[in-house]
Amino acid sequence: MRVPLSWLREYVDLPAAATGRDVQEKLVGVGLEVETVEQLGADLKGPLVVGQVLTIEELTEFKKPIRFCTVDVGQANGTDEPQEIVCGARNFAVGDKVVVVLPGAVLPGGFAISARKTYGKKSHGMICSGDELGMGDDGSGGIIVLPPEHEVGTDAIELLELVDEVLDIAVTPDRGYCLSMRGVARETATAYGLPLRDPALIDVPGPNAHGYQVEVSDPVGCDRFTARTVTGLNPEAHSPIWLKRRLQKAGMRPISLAVDITNYVMLELGQPLHAYDRSRLEGAIGVRRAEQGEKITTLEGAKRVLDAADLVITDERGPIGLAGVMGGAHTEIADAEPDPETGEVKGTTDVVIEAAHFDQLSIARTARRHKLSSEASKRFERGVDPEATSAAAQRTVDLLVLLAGGTAEAGVTEVVAPTAPRTITIPADHPDKVAGVAYGRETVVRRLQQVGCDVYGQDALTVTVPSWRPDLTDPNDLAEEVIRLEGYENLPSTLPSAPEGMGLTQRQRTHRRVGIALAGAGYVEALNYPFIGEHVFDELLLDAEDSNRRVVKLVNPLSDEEPALRTTILPGLLAALRRNDSRGSHDLALFETGTVFHPREEQRTAVRLPVDRRPTEEELAGLDEALPYQWRNVAVVLTGAREQAGWWGKGRPADWADAVEAARVVARETGVELTVRKGQYGPWHPGRCAELVVVTEGPERSEKVAGYAGELHPRVIKALGLPARTCAMELELDALVTDAVLQAPRISTFPVATQDVALVVDADVPAVEVEAALREGAGELLESLRLFDVFTGEQLGEGKKSLAYALRFRAADRTLTVDEASAARDAAAALAGERTGAVVRGA
Amino acid sequence: MSAPNKSYDPVEVEALKPEEIERMRDEALAAFAAADSLDALQAAKVAHAGGTSPLSLANREIGALPPQAKAEAGKRVGQARAAVGRGLAARQTELEAERDARVLVEEAVDVTLPYDRTPAGARHPLTTIMERVADVFVSMGYEVAEGPEAEVEWFNFDALNFVPDHPARQMQDTFFVEGPEGTSGDESGVVLRTHTSPVQARALLDREPPVYIVCPGRVYRTDELDATHTPVFHQIELLAVDEGLTMADLKGTLDHMVKALFGPDMKTRLRPNYFPFTEPSAEMDMVCYVCRGESVGNPDRPCRTCGSEGWIELGGCGMVNPRVLTACGVDPEKYSGFAFGFGIERMLMFRHNVEDMRDMVEGDVRFTRPFGMEI
Repeated sequence: MRVPLSWLREYVDLPAAATGRDVQEKLVGVGLEVETVEQLGADLKGPLVVGQVLTIEELTEFKKPIRFCTVDVGQANGTDEPQEIVCGARNFAVGDKVVVVLPGAVLPGGFAISARKTYGKKSHGMICSGDELGMGDDGSGGIIVLPPEHEVGTDAIELLELVDEVLDIAVTPDRGYCLSMRGVARETATAYGLPLRDPALIDVPGPNAHGYQVEVSDPVGCDRFTARTVTGLNPEAHSPIWLKRRLQKAGMRPISLAVDITNYVMLELGQPLHAYDRSRLEGAIGVRRAEQGEKITTLEGAKRVLDAADLVITDERGPIGLAGVMGGAHTEIADAEPDPETGEVKGTTDVVIEAAHFDQLSIARTARRHKLSSEASKRFERGVDPEATSAAAQRTVDLLVLLAGGTAEAGVTEVVAPTAPRTITIPADHPDKVAGVAYGRETVVRRLQQVGCDVYGQDALTVTVPSWRPDLTDPNDLAEEVIRLEGYENLPSTLPSAPEGMGLTQRQRTHRRVGIALAGAGYVEALNYPFIGEHVFDELLLDAEDSNRRVVKLVNPLSDEEPALRTTILPGLLAALRRNDSRGSHDLALFETGTVFHPREEQRTAVRLPVDRRPTEEELAGLDEALPYQWRNVAVVLTGAREQAGWWGKGRPADWADAVEAARVVARETGVELTVRKGQYGPWHPGRCAELVVVTEGPERSEKVAGYAGELHPRVIKALGLPARTCAMELELDALVTDAVLQAPRISTFPVATQDVALVVDADVPAVEVEAALREGAGELLESLRLFDVFTGEQLGEGKKSLAYALRFRAADRTLTVDEASAARDAAAALAGERTGAVVRGA
Repeated sequence: MSAPNKSYDPVEVEALKPEEIERMRDEALAAFAAADSLDALQAAKVAHAGGTSPLSLANREIGALPPQAKAEAGKRVGQARAAVGRGLAARQTELEAERDARVLVEEAVDVTLPYDRTPAGARHPLTTIMERVADVFVSMGYEVAEGPEAEVEWFNFDALNFVPDHPARQMQDTFFVEGPEGTSGDESGVVLRTHTSPVQARALLDREPPVYIVCPGRVYRTDELDATHTPVFHQIELLAVDEGLTMADLKGTLDHMVKALFGPDMKTRLRPNYFPFTEPSAEMDMVCYVCRGESVGNPDRPCRTCGSEGWIELGGCGMVNPRVLTACGVDPEKYSGFAFGFGIERMLMFRHNVEDMRDMVEGDVRFTRPFGMEI
């Protein structure tokens, strides 16, 4: 809502010195979001006067026609001689009154005017257009031609109200009444503690039976309809300057007098109005729901097919307007046009004025259904004062009589569905309790009265809310009115003490620790969008039946290329890797932890539960069953050097082992034992893929494959345009969260006995199996075991490898003898031999 | 060995003459002083303090002296040998110190050599700033609550008093999730949550009051990515429901938060606003973190962060609408509460002078790495 300060002053006697900024501050204080204060004509300087065109000499030797004019500006130029001006516009004639800017003046934008030679003539100033004066579009398409009554030499800055301030207010959905001067003026008056001149308080004749016939068949959709008729309008009458200027400043374009008046009254009172050309109406006006498939052409020319829920205005022939949204083209006010033969100006002379009140929801739905947001629908959606219809109609009638020379017919139609005023009962100290401030009853009552409420009662207040505040429905709404008018800035600051909390949950701590650990291991976190296209599953070489191919899809994705939610983090993370690589960072280690989405086996829709009670447990469970499964995965991707070469020596490229190690880093933080096995899965190199298994020990031992790590498949690398040998790991992080409490190890202070053993096995025997056998075979004396060398070579024979282990033995209660340690080592090697065919090297 | 000769005159034994002993001592000390290395000192030690050194040889002669002369000669030789021993030790210490110092000089390296063998990792600043905010509240006794990102409309809208067709509900440009086969459009009743507020409702249904929770999380709106918008962003929601909570409590909690996050001289300001799930509602501003309000009315020092307004809009807040409490089974006659929510991206932008939203989205390591592990 754009509010010109000069217009606002009509309703509130603001201090003369109050600036737009001052008013802004006051209004912000009571809760209106005044976004900007526009300074109109701030840098404008005269002389700018009314002139009358005396002569026009057409100059034809230029590319476009140019006029050399003499203009009478009276005494304004100090000479009383006509002013010689060159002008490129053509929409004026000899004798027209125009706006002339004289040398020495400065126009908006710092445009200084001086006498200058142009088109072979000396031009002493300019004949001005609306744009040049910063007035905005006036629809003339050229210079301003003033009505003839304005005297030559009159100061045009004042006449055109060029200097003003305009407050631009972002009105929140609950404050529909502030989409009017009346509403903003009410807030201004309250903020300044000044009386309000309510423009809706005007004398209105009572309804009678002589008005235009109106039949409302849906009193819920339309609880009020006022119709008035004005006849004998002069089609040649134009909107006066003040009317045009106010519309322009408020951001609307002047169109024609009748339309301008309805727009003006809407801006003033917040009541959308419609004027029908009476000669185009057939029979009674009706209000009803549309028939499914009925058609209407709205004002702006669009043909619309109506829905049975649309509220329409009709005459005998059918719909003539989309109620509260937009009128129909057929009954539109006709533009004044001169008859080409007689020269007589013809246009609408008789109008029927509609001032009605429509149901908020119905209008909102219709506007949305037809994607048609109008000034009218914007107001009805947010709530319009139903009591203002007759005043708004009266105001429109008055202006049509005054400005268009019309005659008001005596008939007044009012269709009113009886409604009781809304009352809310609150304890007088309710606002105090909400705010934490002792306002006291007197203040509460006074503030509510300022809002427009009627208030009765002592300890319990019965509050009747004003008709223009449909948003006031609950006790807290009234509390807010009191608190905002008393000033949010005056609220004290107290700190409540929360009960002792339990801190982060295990899952939350795990998520944090995993992030810290991966960053500590050199990985940089990337947070990628979860949107994917299903083609990526082909690129990742997933099987046709892979569960990751079952996706949750969006109805309205941002891009049709990526309509689904991710089931794996890798596509986004690999895209980030590629992006970094293309920007010149080639040694990369990235990680992400984030939600993945998997549809349920059986999908269902979520029921819309009521909100007036707590849902039952069954209802809540039903809601959750409509949601896809969602859990958190962690993934890393690597390429380039894992260790840089430098003065210290050689570097090391990132490889499959880094990816597997990343999984171990994650597992170490979670405290879950992760078993690494040889695996094979879509995106990974079939010979370089580790399967990551969570083993739960205990009476019911279980195994869960929680993810994969290793080098990516060369075909995946090619399909996704990744650097060669890119490696990756992805793990279901939530599967690793555990509440298990670590049991402290017992520390023996007896000396350690170390034994090394080298085992030769077939090349395809996984080291993890050899190690498991060694551990088991070594028995309780084994403290730790470490693989320190892997060796292949001719002396071992084809298809063999040697694994060298360092074993550390220690007893809790004695110093081990060499024989004891050797025996344990031999037992370990023996079991490894039995399980994996390992042969002790050199034995 | 012969029997002691009582008439034996010690003076007659040349090697045991006092001046001889003194000479031996002085020669030894001079030799030690002349030794300029530990090796030279070792040689001097052998020559002057070893078993065949003059003093050692003299010492052997003592046995041949008559008893009355033994004591004196023994004392003289002993003192000389002690002086030699001290001299040796002193020189030894000196030379060792010299050697040690020399070794340290020789071992010196250029410590300014760069060392980027393993590049540093980093957590995303959005992650760490969310944790930091959450930690402020956890330290006050709040707990961190979470909810699903794909959320049912009832939690995202209805329970929060967004009635169907409410204009505010249209303001939210929401991603709708496809329903089961055979349904069309937005019939699934499932959306990508447009704010973290549904976690409020979930927490109230899950817990008995008093409830003090903070909910960080990812949220979605159908904005195209540009310098100031992203369809996927992060919020933190705050909810306190207890007996007797007031707007003053809300204000105090917000004051505490901005002090904890931005410094002790930080202030907040509440301006009335409208949100369906709070009543009364407010917009919360804080003093501009960059100019501290000094750009206001000071055209020489304009502030881009706050547009020289002196305040930064941080988020929306208010008293939990009693209708929300009712929908979540909390008695609004007994309990009241406050809630606050704000965008993390925006906070990161002004706190760390991030100019372009895309930098937070694209995962460029050059952006993220400097933020390290904490923020």
